[in-house]
Amino acid sequence: MRVSMRNLPALALASTLAPGLALADVIQGGTKQATNWTAIAMFGGFVILTLFITKWAAAKTKSASDFYTAGGGISGFQNGLAIAGDYMSAASFLGISAAVMTTGYDGLIYSIGFLVGWPILTFLMAERLRNLGKFTFADVAAFRFAQTPVRIFAASGTLVVVAFYLIAQMVGAGSLIQLLFGLDYWIAVVIVGALMMIYVLFGGMTATTWVQIIKACLLLGGASFMAFMVVLHYGFSPEAMFADAVKVKADLATAAGKTPEEAAAEGWSIMGPGTFIKDPISAISFGMALMFGTAGLPHILMRFFTVPSAKEARKSVMWATGWIGYFYLLTFIIGFGAITFVLTNPDFVGADGKLVGGNNMAAVHLAHAVGGNVFLGFISAVAFATILAVVAGLTLSGASAVSHDLYATVIKKGNPEPGSELRVSRITTIALGIVAVVLGIAFKNQNIAFMVSLAFAVAASANFPVLFMSVLWKDCTTRGAVIGGFLGLISSVVLTVLSPSVWEATLGNPVGSAPFPYTSPALFSMTLAFAGIWIFSKLDNSARARTDRAGFLAQQVRSETGIGASAASDH
Amino acid sequence: MEQNLADRIAADPNYQLLKTTRSRFGWRLTIAMLVVYYGYVLLIAFDKSVLAARIGSGAMTWGIPLGFGVIIFTMVVTGIYVRRANSEFDELTERVKREALK
Repeated sequence: MRVSMRNLPALALASTLAPGLALADVIQGGTKQATNWTAIAMFGGFVILTLFITKWAAAKTKSASDFYTAGGGISGFQNGLAIAGDYMSAASFLGISAAVMTTGYDGLIYSIGFLVGWPILTFLMAERLRNLGKFTFADVAAFRFAQTPVRIFAASGTLVVVAFYLIAQMVGAGSLIQLLFGLDYWIAVVIVGALMMIYVLFGGMTATTWVQIIKACLLLGGASFMAFMVVLHYGFSPEAMFADAVKVKADLATAAGKTPEEAAAEGWSIMGPGTFIKDPISAISFGMALMFGTAGLPHILMRFFTVPSAKEARKSVMWATGWIGYFYLLTFIIGFGAITFVLTNPDFVGADGKLVGGNNMAAVHLAHAVGGNVFLGFISAVAFATILAVVAGLTLSGASAVSHDLYATVIKKGNPEPGSELRVSRITTIALGIVAVVLGIAFKNQNIAFMVSLAFAVAASANFPVLFMSVLWKDCTTRGAVIGGFLGLISSVVLTVLSPSVWEATLGNPVGSAPFPYTSPALFSMTLAFAGIWIFSKLDNSARARTDRAGFLAQQVRSETGIGASAASDH
Repeated sequence: MEQNLADRIAADPNYQLLKTTRSRFGWRLTIAMLVVYYGYVLLIAFDKSVLAARIGSGAMTWGIPLGFGVIIFTMVVTGIYVRRANSEFDELTERVKREALK
């Protein structure tokens, strides 16, 4: 399998492996474009609107609970949109449509992986999270355990996931904005860092939520329009669209000097699975990282504490699943639209046969083709807004891990001086913003392809097993959860470093030399985490273990009924 | 929560019913989702030609409705759970709460 991703056409590789990869491709293939004033003006409008919202939100952000959870007063529908806005990154919009354009069906297989974790999160976690937690997922994981060790573990898991996800977004922002707006890389990174600090610092969760909601509406609206224009062109006949795309691909292959048989095969290759899934182990391991990683992403889990009840928590995840699923259907159509509208248009394809600005420009060029200059500016502005919404959510999640889990619970033993927790979260927000800008600039020319898949692998192998076992297994103990969780965390990071995407692609070792041959570590690191939690809990006969087990009944009653859960009012 | 309140709720037959019904329902749907997704992925891993086979004489292959089907299934199965949980299970929860806080 180590080679399976590599067998894709070189340019498709970047956009197919992971969202991070898509952005890596932008860096490698991207050259600075002419300054796009329409896009800048539209983005300016978005910034002004969101700053007004931040000002309004700032007036409402007085306590730590306002800061972390918007006071728990977000409705299920709003939260569903915000979750979708948190989850649909610029990389999934540009990267997946580029993957569909280059490989066809493989892009669909890839996007499905990002959707299938949502039902699992709904059935097993969502309402229990809401009933047990207050501000962070560590509240849930540490509910009946010794606070200090479990909080330290949960904060580590959160910060690792947030760090890698954030770097990938910052590097993506820099390269994307350089392409779309014609601004310098570092300017884009600084703008993103500064705006995200303003949103989170002053507006906390309220501002972050509304930035995500607005971004989700803009992105879904823009993508719907593009997909609509494509199907309209084919008289709403999918058959006509697919047939035309197959013909375009075959014609391009013929023009590139392929024999008629080869060209025909290349044309048909977009209608079925290609090289994305090769051996069953990699397929399952990668699928597990995406599926269970979704249920372990700290910035997503945190969103469940912003709603007033378990009922609204369920509604939010239902809406989120609906919007995200709809979005992936759209990106598939947009990718096929890019084949027929973009690959055939000399305005978008350079003399070398490559897409102007790189493959990740597929959706952007399609926007130009179906909606002209103004719509091109709109989609560019939406792509920038998308990054902002995602980084704001990540920063908030990282800041709460430091202020709520480490500062208030571990250092101050649950009794911080009034107002100090909020102050620490604001200081952390500034620190995270600066670190993100510095790392975003430092990683400019690095291959960061692995970062988002690593974030998902860590979320699936560390956060999810601990959360799952602490909520559902009565014999789980503090010791088991902490040792098993760290085993999952360390093994997922180490195995990723030893896998081809880091060992060969980033560290520059020869192809085929990676000690860990599979695409994703999740199958192994998740197994290790669950086994570790089970064995070390079973072997645990300490006094603490007895307290942990004795606490299960009360935890279960609260997780099932919500009796005793923080309500919107006492948040 | 005080231990005796927790014990009292845990002994409530409505609570038992809520816990077992919801957990059984949740796990069944979870297993259905796992079977559908990993079935789809393994089908591709073991034999790509199945999904690349054309439906009739047009360009459409079996992979398209199947892939879209997995997406729709994911949305529908989530909807089914939330619908039942927000009506039947929430009513049961209310009954448990009323009994407990009497």
